[in-house]
Amino acid sequence: MKKLISLMLLMCFSMPVIAAIEAYEFKNDEAEAEYKALIDELRCLVCQNQNLADSDADLAKDLRKQTYEMVQQGKNRQEVIEYMVNRYGDFVLYKPPVKSSTLLLWAGPFVLLLIVLLVVVIRVKKTRAVDAPQQENLQQAKGLLSDEADNRGGSK
Amino acid sequence: MRFLLPLGVFVLLVILLAIGLTMDPKKVPSPLIGKVAPAFDLPLLHNESLTFSPDKYKGQVWVLSVWASWCVSCRAEHKVITKLADMELADIVGLNYKDQPQDGRRWLQQFGDPYTFSVIDQDGRAGIDWGVYGVPETFVIGKDGLVKYKHIGPVTDNSLRDEVVPMIKSLL
Repeated sequence: MKKLISLMLLMCFSMPVIAAIEAYEFKNDEAEAEYKALIDELRCLVCQNQNLADSDADLAKDLRKQTYEMVQQGKNRQEVIEYMVNRYGDFVLYKPPVKSSTLLLWAGPFVLLLIVLLVVVIRVKKTRAVDAPQQENLQQAKGLLSDEADNRGGSK
Repeated sequence: MRFLLPLGVFVLLVILLAIGLTMDPKKVPSPLIGKVAPAFDLPLLHNESLTFSPDKYKGQVWVLSVWASWCVSCRAEHKVITKLADMELADIVGLNYKDQPQDGRRWLQQFGDPYTFSVIDQDGRAGIDWGVYGVPETFVIGKDGLVKYKHIGPVTDNSLRDEVVPMIKSLL
């Protein structure tokens, strides 16, 4: 039993090793950080819901290599992104640029929020308008009730 | 009257989702359309001492067809490409993508060679420049050296008849 448990524990720890991707040597820490940020942000074209860092596809491997080489050559973030967009389009970006064709994507949620807020405001105003006379009635009723109570007290 | 608004919202949603269903998320629009065909200088599959680069075809309409011996849907596409070659509308250059040259040659021997010639892109570098992400892919390049059309995935009889051939004819 103990052996089984320790084996299972061992398997838990071995997973990250299996999932590891190519090991690259970087000229400095900045380049490495840049590379990691880039492959995290660039999308794999073959398995579309993964980024380059997560994907095990052949093309993702090639594009990681390309990214690595460009970073090593001292190309900055913008240059690498431009290189990819020129070849694969905005699709490779997980964060699409603001353009006329992506306006709905960027502004859509805020427009929806605005519409919902508007609806809520209108609704609340309407219920208030309905509530207002009721409040008056309530006050009136309370007044009458307390009058009656006073009268009762008086008659006693 | 109370149901009108939810019903309206529901119908709108159904229409939106229906439109979404007809779209293919795998088809990534190519930013290459209307741009100069990316340069490469690659050895020919059948004579590795010679090379081909796209600017050699400037002034004529040609087709670049990306294929590989390991690509299963290329086999399905092969007979359609052969049909296109038989029409003799334009030269078809095969880009043997990330393949072993001897495997590529054997594949052509087995199924027949519809290509005017094929070039070897063993490391896939030219493929990256052309924005290739799935094999097969087919490009039509105009006389001005600009990429005019891209087909992702195997060309079928229908897409050959309705898209590729009309596109080539309009450029001739």
